Amino acid sequence: MESNESQWPLWEVFTQEDGGAPHEHAGSVHAPDAEIALQNARDVYGRRGRVVSVWVVPSNEITASQSEWAGPFFDPGADKAYRHPQFYKIPRGLKGF
Amino acid sequence: METPQTETSEEALNAGFEARIAAGETIEPKDWMPERYRTQLIRMMSQHAHSEIVGMLPEGNWITRAPSLKRKMVLLAKVQDEAGHGLYIYCGTETLGIDRAELVDQLLTGKAKYSSIFNYPTLTWADIGVIGWFVDGAAIVNQTVLAKASYGPYARAMIRICKEENFHKKQGYEIVATLANGTPEQKAMVQDAVNRWWWPSVMMLGPSDSNSPNTAELIRWRVKRKTNDELRQRFIDLTVPQADAVGLTLPDPDLKYNTEKQGYDFGQVDWDEFWQVVKGNGPCNRERLQARRDAHENGRWVREAAEAYSAKHSRREQSTAA
Repeated sequence: MESNESQWPLWEVFTQEDGGAPHEHAGSVHAPDAEIALQNARDVYGRRGRVVSVWVVPSNEITASQSEWAGPFFDPGADKAYRHPQFYKIPRGLKGF
Repeated sequence: METPQTETSEEALNAGFEARIAAGETIEPKDWMPERYRTQLIRMMSQHAHSEIVGMLPEGNWITRAPSLKRKMVLLAKVQDEAGHGLYIYCGTETLGIDRAELVDQLLTGKAKYSSIFNYPTLTWADIGVIGWFVDGAAIVNQTVLAKASYGPYARAMIRICKEENFHKKQGYEIVATLANGTPEQKAMVQDAVNRWWWPSVMMLGPSDSNSPNTAELIRWRVKRKTNDELRQRFIDLTVPQADAVGLTLPDPDLKYNTEKQGYDFGQVDWDEFWQVVKGNGPCNRERLQARRDAHENGRWVREAAEAYSAKHSRREQSTAA
C-alpha cells in the first residue's frame, strides 16, 4: 500500500515550556524537511500553549551513549565524593554558611 | 570510541533483564530486551495508537452538527488531541525498531487491531457526551496505570496523554449533565445513549482475566500493572456515582454496592458480542477501515506536495551555496 511512498525522515523534538525551563525531549515526528518538521512538532507537542520554543534534530544526527557501557562510562562521576558539599566539615554551631 | 565488548549469553542477558524489571527499573530503547518483550510491546502499543486514530471517526461524525459554536470548538480540539495521542504512541512504538509506514499499513490492511469500542455508531449528539464520559473515562483508568509501564517511551507517552485526557472526560460529562437537566426529550436522548454505550465501555477494558492470554506475562514484565478485571472494577466504581449525580440509570439490574469488597457487583458481560466486534463483525468495522483508507488516499497529494516543496527548497539552497 505504501510501496510508492517513501518514509519521511524522523526528527527528534525538544520543547521548552515557559518559565525558563530547559528544552526537554518530547518525542519525534516524521517530516520531509526541517521547516515542516517544526510545524509538525508544534502541532503534535505544542497544542496546549505552554511551549515557547521547539528544536527539531534529525534523529540520525544524534550520537548517544550505549546502555551496555553505562557503568564504566559514567563511573568517573560515582567515586568522587569530594564533588559534593556534604564531603566537607565546617565548625559545629556555625549558622547560615 | 572503544566500547568494552563482552560476550554475554542469551541466558545471562535474560536474567539481567528480569532482575532489572523486578527492581522496578525503566527499560529504554537501546537496552537489551527479550524478543518477546519487544514484539508484545509493538503489538500492544500499536493497537493503542491505532485506537486513538480510529477513535477520531465516531466523534468526527458530529463536528459539523455540534449544537453550538462552543461545542464545535471543543469537539474539534478533542478530536485533534486524539490524533496527537496516536502520534505520541506511534513515535514510542517506532523506538522498538518498527517504522511508521509499516504500522500504518498494518492498520489499513486490517492486520492490526484497535479498540472494539470504536466500531459502534454515534447516532445522536448525546453519544458525544457519553463517549467523553465513559470511553475517555475508561481510557484514563487504563492509561493512568500504563503511565507506570516498564518501557520508558510508552510510560512517557501515557503521562503526556493523561495530562490532556481529563479535559476529554469533563467536556463529555458536562454535555451529559446538560442534557440530563434539559427537556424530557433531551433526558430521554442521553439515557438512550447511556443504554447503548455502557456495556461496550465495560468491555473495552479487555477480555476477562480468565480469557486474556497475554495478561500474566505483561504483568510480570510490569508493562501492565493491573489486570483487565481490576481496571474494569475501578471504572465501574468511579462511574456509578457519576451516573447517580445526574439522575441517569446504568443498564445493569445487577449493579449493587458490595460493602465487603468495597465496590460494585455487576451483571454478566456479553463476551460473545465483544469477540464478534474484535473479529470484525461489529456494526461499523468495515466503515471505519474504509474511512481510514480513504483518508490515507485523499491525503496523498498533501504528502506529495510537501515532498515537492522540500525538494525544491533543498535544490535552491544547493544552487545558492554553489
